[in-house]
Amino acid sequence: MTMVEISGVKKRYEGGFEALRGVDLMIKEGEILALLGPNGAGKTTLISAVCGITLPTEGTIRVGGHDVVTDYRAARDLIGLVPQEINLEPFEKVINTVRFTRGLFGKARNDALIEDVLRKLSLWDKRDSAVKELSGGMKRRVLIAKALAHEPRVLFLDEPTAGVDVELRRDMWEVVAELKRQGVTIILTTHYIEEAEAIADRVGVINRGQILLVEEKDALMARLGQKELRIDLSDPLDAVPPSLEEFDLTLTEDRQRLVYTYHSGAERTGIGRLMAAVASAGLKVRDVSTAQNSLEDIFVGLVAEQEEEDAA
Amino acid sequence: MNWRAVAAIYRFEMTRFFRTLFQSFISPVISTSLYFVVFGAAIGSRIDTVEGVDYGAFIVPGLIMLSVMTQSLSNGAFGIYFPKFVGTIYELLSAPVNFLEIVMGYVGAAATKALFIGVVILGTASLFVDLTIQHPLAMLLFLVLTCLSFALFGFIIGIWAKNFEQLQLVPLLVVTPLVFLGGSFYSVSMLPPVWQTITMFNPVLYLISGFRWAFFGMADVPVGVSLLAIAGFFCLCLGIIWWIFRTGWRIRS
Repeated sequence: MTMVEISGVKKRYEGGFEALRGVDLMIKEGEILALLGPNGAGKTTLISAVCGITLPTEGTIRVGGHDVVTDYRAARDLIGLVPQEINLEPFEKVINTVRFTRGLFGKARNDALIEDVLRKLSLWDKRDSAVKELSGGMKRRVLIAKALAHEPRVLFLDEPTAGVDVELRRDMWEVVAELKRQGVTIILTTHYIEEAEAIADRVGVINRGQILLVEEKDALMARLGQKELRIDLSDPLDAVPPSLEEFDLTLTEDRQRLVYTYHSGAERTGIGRLMAAVASAGLKVRDVSTAQNSLEDIFVGLVAEQEEEDAA
Repeated sequence: MNWRAVAAIYRFEMTRFFRTLFQSFISPVISTSLYFVVFGAAIGSRIDTVEGVDYGAFIVPGLIMLSVMTQSLSNGAFGIYFPKFVGTIYELLSAPVNFLEIVMGYVGAAATKALFIGVVILGTASLFVDLTIQHPLAMLLFLVLTCLSFALFGFIIGIWAKNFEQLQLVPLLVVTPLVFLGGSFYSVSMLPPVWQTITMFNPVLYLISGFRWAFFGMADVPVGVSLLAIAGFFCLCLGIIWWIFRTGWRIRS
């Protein structure tokens, strides 16, 4: 089932800046989608449009089948939001601000649930502290606790680990994993590629208000797992020797480099046999190097492509 | 109706009030006492009675109105401005609540605080002067309506304000003069004719006059007109807030 359905969403601000330029995105129930993009790509604007903080200029958004504008109560009932900025009332006690959110979402008081949420985020001992007394990392935990206090079915985490210590990152990933087991749909924005790799089911890339790619993480990782072995030769070759045919090598234009593509995760990479075959073919090797395709490369490639298109 | 949200906002706002209960209680007591020393003792010794009412008692309704109006206004403004200032407004905008629920929570709390202060002043005043309230129910009605409508007005200011200076601007430049010139400490009949006419354009006059009628049975303007004026002001504020939430003016980008 589709949990979040975004179609043709545009956001134009007064003054003409277009933060979203026609976004289409389907998010399945229970999946974790990581939305990757540089600063200013439109990640936060997109989340704000889904959560009701920003009104889209065009297009429709449905959450759990409910339109976020016309049927906002039913839609927002399902949504929990952890904002990027630490927006908290400084003088209030931790437990009160978490209870407040639950009440705001129309849920009956449930002390056991609040305790559970606070314990999971290591906030229980701090429950009676004023928010201003907490460290930055602790404040971020409070934001997460608030979002979870009303038992959302869809959770938006906007750059949750930006400037966060290792411990919180680990705690948060654990919480995310448990929410996933409970069937909660999670959308997280980040510009850390490792984060997307660690927890996402699917990865979306957004830049300049457009979604450039949405792909299963495993498929993406398979593409990423490809490595190249580059063999630089002392003397140029006219063609790849017949004895090396089985390796499917490519000869570069300067005819001095052989390139072998293999999968780094494979049991047998074939590198040993290749090197032996190269030696027995009598080729003089000057240098050997390897290179890996990273999400970063794909990302940079996509962004460059988009910029060329925009320029055209 | 999301009543739990209304209750949550109300409770959250009231905790802020209870955290500073001592200040909330002590400052009106002190300022009321000062007013009695200055107006009651120093000026009151020269003005015996106003239209048959002892001057000390005469100023009580005006004194209460002065505090109640400024308090509900600043509480109403601060209540909604603060979430904008610290950024917690995102929660209100992304929660399943409508404008009426948000307003009921914030304005209800702001009005409650002002009402509390009004009652404290009334109590303090009764220590200085003999007070009999001729129409207690009408007094309560005027008090509650004033608290609510000025808290609503404050709510609008809180949404409009982009910084703390603007938050102070309207109360300081508009409301305080209107309250002072609206017959808080005198009867309009004591003014020269020209000023009597000018004062009739001051909306606050109608509120103070009606409130004073509830105490002493005497008024500058008919009590029905006073009631209409305050009801009209209440509806006007509510209408503006409805428009604000419909268009998202200054709250939703």
